[in-house]
Amino acid sequence: MAELNITESQDKRVLMKGNEAVGEAAIKAGCHCYFAYPITPQTETPEYLSKRMEEENRVFIQAESEVAAINMVFGASAAGVRVMTSSSSPGISLKQEGISYIAGAELPCVIINVVRGGPGLGNIEASQADYFQSTRGGGHGDYRCIVLAPNCLQECYDMTMNAFDLADFYRMPVIIQSDGIIGQLVEPFQMHPYKPMFEKLPKKDWALTGCAGRKPNVVRTLFLNPPNGLELHNRKLEQKYNKIKSELRWCETYNCDNADIIVIAYGATSRIAKSAIKKHNNNGTKIGLFRPKTLWPWPDAELTDIAKKNKSAKFLVIEMSTGQMLEDVLLTLMDVVPKKDILFYGMGGGWNPTPDSVYKKIQEVLKT
Amino acid sequence: MNIVKTQPKSITTDSTKYCPGCGHGIILRLIGEAIDELGIRERMLLTAPVGCAVVLYDYIFCDVIECAHGRAPAVGTALKRVHPDKFVLIYQGDGDLAAIGTAEIIHAANRGENMSVIFVNNATYGMTGGQMAPTTLVGQKTTTCPSGRTIKGMGKPIRVCEMLSTLEETKYLERTSINSVRNINKTKAAIRKVFQNQLNGIGFSMVEILSMCPVGWKVSPVEAVQFIEEQMLNYFPLGVYKNVE
Repeated sequence: MAELNITESQDKRVLMKGNEAVGEAAIKAGCHCYFAYPITPQTETPEYLSKRMEEENRVFIQAESEVAAINMVFGASAAGVRVMTSSSSPGISLKQEGISYIAGAELPCVIINVVRGGPGLGNIEASQADYFQSTRGGGHGDYRCIVLAPNCLQECYDMTMNAFDLADFYRMPVIIQSDGIIGQLVEPFQMHPYKPMFEKLPKKDWALTGCAGRKPNVVRTLFLNPPNGLELHNRKLEQKYNKIKSELRWCETYNCDNADIIVIAYGATSRIAKSAIKKHNNNGTKIGLFRPKTLWPWPDAELTDIAKKNKSAKFLVIEMSTGQMLEDVLLTLMDVVPKKDILFYGMGGGWNPTPDSVYKKIQEVLKT
Repeated sequence: MNIVKTQPKSITTDSTKYCPGCGHGIILRLIGEAIDELGIRERMLLTAPVGCAVVLYDYIFCDVIECAHGRAPAVGTALKRVHPDKFVLIYQGDGDLAAIGTAEIIHAANRGENMSVIFVNNATYGMTGGQMAPTTLVGQKTTTCPSGRTIKGMGKPIRVCEMLSTLEETKYLERTSINSVRNINKTKAAIRKVFQNQLNGIGFSMVEILSMCPVGWKVSPVEAVQFIEEQMLNYFPLGVYKNVE
């Protein structure tokens, strides 16, 4: 690994890679343990944190597998500390077993997915084809993870710190859905100190610390004795997820008022779309952008609101997949926008659109 | 009348869900005695496995985490790294440790994690009703090798103590059995030893215990003891495979 060159300028900005920014954010947020396994395009995170965790006298283990890494996360989280793992798509598939247990046991943790092309080995280019996996649970059972989707290094840094707070606050896994572009991107950002999102976080009185002076704590996901065992547990999880849906929907809207067409995109694709909009917005067409920053919960009320205000607008969903977030858009707008006015532009093979190809698609769509 | 033995204080119940003639109950008692004698209950972080011992938290009065099948050594690694001053006990069966969790146990051992491992080898999958395990003997009939295990196509049973003894960071490895009072007492001493090693900071220590599963083997409890004596002891020799002070 080349020595990291952090250039600090007058305005306290630093220059890093996306995969390193999430690592430094974890350090700043007090992440005590980090477990990982090498995979392209996320390997800079374990390389960066192998050095930084040692400097900070914290725990880094290069695990024997993704399966072991996520189970180490399970153990460290149960032990009561902040913990993170990172990987890319095929590795995240392997982690699904552990994520299901962590969600079932209501433990907090942060998981970085630098999404690459799939299925199978796919390729090592950026992709957004893990949307279903991240937002629909991924592993077995009826659970959700909070999913945050940064589109720049400032957000990689800020959202990773937020992710630790959200994980502790709601006691559940939080996924940072990055991709091969955002992870490999080098750009400056403000490396400000960690600012907690919540005034107070719930006490971890469930943690395994030895039962001196209290009753034993048990971290479990097995609930026999139906109907009161698992049914009650899953209803409790459902209530929590509904609460999160009502209070955690993040999105960015850009240029949406009186738009002829509104592009819906997240992560790297949203930046490409914004470039297209900035480049072509004076050509007579008014193009808006709706960008979900939380992929779960999906900002449905916000999109519905925009659709109601722009009754004649068309909607173009752009993804580096053959259409996954598209389903959330269709579900959200089914009663508000005719289906023919919701269109899709996707890249199937782990490859990205360009501002010009996006604009070309917009022109095509407006002619229909 | 003198009271010679009482139920260990760290054991919460006088009845378990284990089948008649099962070895887990004996091992549970030995663990309870060792916990009481060493006074480690309040420092203990226990990993419960998938399999018949999954509800260990109903039997042992300490902090417990219920692990996915085979993953206890990875979970235990993290518990010990976060709380080096606590006592981490890994409890696994043969399917858990020597099949689905082979990678986890080998690498935890190879890293030399300072943990104590109890490996219960009853040569079958008990919880699911007696299927072929990595330690099922050649010729032994199970529900998934109804004609008996053959070397061709199924390989030979894995000898875990011997395999782990090749890893230089393992510090104590012993195979014992609970087929007789004498061997039960030896097992108790081995459990004490692997516990004491962790307390002394010596490193990765494991006891493999040959145990009965009469229901899974579809024999009577007496025949199960005979099976250990006549079959298992030949293939799985008892003894200390590694002892680094």
